[in-house]
Amino acid sequence: MTRTAELAPPAAGKTRPTRGQARRGQAQLRRILTGALGLIVLAALWELYKLLGPADGVVVGGTTLLPRTSDLAMPHLWVMAERVLEPVTGAAAALPLWLVVLQGSMFTLGIAAVGWLVGVTVGLLLALLMQRFRLAESAVLPWIVLSQTVPLIALAPLVRRWGSQIEVGNFSWESWMSVALIASYLAFFPVSVGALRGLSSPDANHVDLMHCYAAGWWTTLWRLRLPASVGYLLPALRLAAASAVIGTVVAEVSIGLRGGIGRLIVEYAGAAGGDPGKPWAPIFGSIAVGLLAAGFVGLIGLFLRRFRRGEVAA
Amino acid sequence: MIMESAAGGRAPAVEVGGVSRVFTGRKGASVTALDDVSLTVAPGEFVSLIGPSGCGKSTLLRLIADLDTPTAGSIRVFGKPARQARIDQDYGIAFQQAGLLPWRTVAGNIELPLELHGAGKAARRARAAELIELVGLSDFAENYPDQLSGGMQQRVAIARSLAESPSLLLMDEPFGALDEMTRERMQNELVRICGETSAAVVFVTHSIPEAVFLSDRVVVMSPRPGRIRDVLGVGLGDTAERGENLREDEAFFHAVSQVRELLHGQAPTGARGVETR
Repeated sequence: MTRTAELAPPAAGKTRPTRGQARRGQAQLRRILTGALGLIVLAALWELYKLLGPADGVVVGGTTLLPRTSDLAMPHLWVMAERVLEPVTGAAAALPLWLVVLQGSMFTLGIAAVGWLVGVTVGLLLALLMQRFRLAESAVLPWIVLSQTVPLIALAPLVRRWGSQIEVGNFSWESWMSVALIASYLAFFPVSVGALRGLSSPDANHVDLMHCYAAGWWTTLWRLRLPASVGYLLPALRLAAASAVIGTVVAEVSIGLRGGIGRLIVEYAGAAGGDPGKPWAPIFGSIAVGLLAAGFVGLIGLFLRRFRRGEVAA
Repeated sequence: MIMESAAGGRAPAVEVGGVSRVFTGRKGASVTALDDVSLTVAPGEFVSLIGPSGCGKSTLLRLIADLDTPTAGSIRVFGKPARQARIDQDYGIAFQQAGLLPWRTVAGNIELPLELHGAGKAARRARAAELIELVGLSDFAENYPDQLSGGMQQRVAIARSLAESPSLLLMDEPFGALDEMTRERMQNELVRICGETSAAVVFVTHSIPEAVFLSDRVVVMSPRPGRIRDVLGVGLGDTAERGENLREDEAFFHAVSQVRELLHGQAPTGARGVETR
């Protein structure tokens, strides 16, 4: 509570909104411009190195530090862009590359969303359990941390094998569910840790107050702990979204699920020899999926703005 | 706006009988925070607990509020066990930190206890508006705590503690974090509010003038182990008559020096001055 204890002259409280909004608008514009500038700088660096760098790359003592600048290793940015507009293959009925990548991205995004939802739910439940019972925290938290050290590649075949044995009535386990499950395995971690921190974040003062009001655990959770945890939860949700996308892409490859970005990345990498622009398309696709997922979480944050008052505006 | 004290008049507001509180450390080392403390607070009476750090004054307040349980002895609030009194919401409480919820407006914070105990929306609104006016924040009802100064936040906390018209107020150094000028203004306001609500108050402080100015009785405590050294009846007149002039009054200075002597007590170490805020 030290932040709110700071003295603010009463007069400033009234004039602040308008001036503050103008300043915030400016800051936002500057942030967007800086972001765009970063992209331009990155693109310029790519082209500049391609233009000036040695053809065989920078090699020190037999180790390649910087890549070769051939058109094969580092296609021009416009080559990548042009390639996206062309059909996938030479076949007559081939769709344009961008459409195929877009379809793959949507497929991956859908699975990632399912994985994210499952992961967030599990993460929140675990955090609640750990907050409620001190014993659960010391029993479960180390395993949660440990769970993230298991490599996905090792996990994927296991999940698929177990999944294939599940068949209840009309329901049968499908490959995409295995992928979503692996994505959720990555996504639950930041949520459980972040939510636990958030749920335990209220001051002793506030907890005492709720006790004085004879408020039970659920009431305290709803009125105090959940609202207080929003500031911790949002970054965790964003991280979980990014993890879910990465988990989905990697799991698609490990499980061999067709239709998503992961598969396209592997498939097109093989074509790099004759068609250097092609492998970049699904890479950009996966970046777009990641940005979209992060943007969605940002939207959630917008709705929960009221609970983030304590935070210092970035 | 005069509220009746709902306690039925007979039972004392607070009755502390032979209470001890021993904190046990990790390696079996124990600290006696309170040792055989007895105290009675009459309905409508303003009692201050004063003493150096570690004398157990805050511990005593927490015990009365049932935020902690005594190792020995009994605590009754309006004739009920402390736990029952807490569940029945017989007291309002304010801490040194205002402890407002940052995502609620001033009105929302004051409404919180009413909301938790199922008061209707219209009743909540009306009560909050009444209290906001009582603490002089009418222009700030829809502001958020981070838009308020420390003194204003503390006023909101006091309004919140009064929300359910309790007949007992427990205050743990509520003005401790405020600057001198704000502090005196808040004390004047508290005297006025207490006059209007006729609630009993247990007020923890480490400021002698504050204790003398506000109280009917000042309870002087000594540390290690926490004990009541003496109880001084101040009686500087009815709460309604207390005002700014009282601070210049002869009787005020006399009471202040009396409390100071009691605080220094048997160990007259003159060099170790007590803060005279």
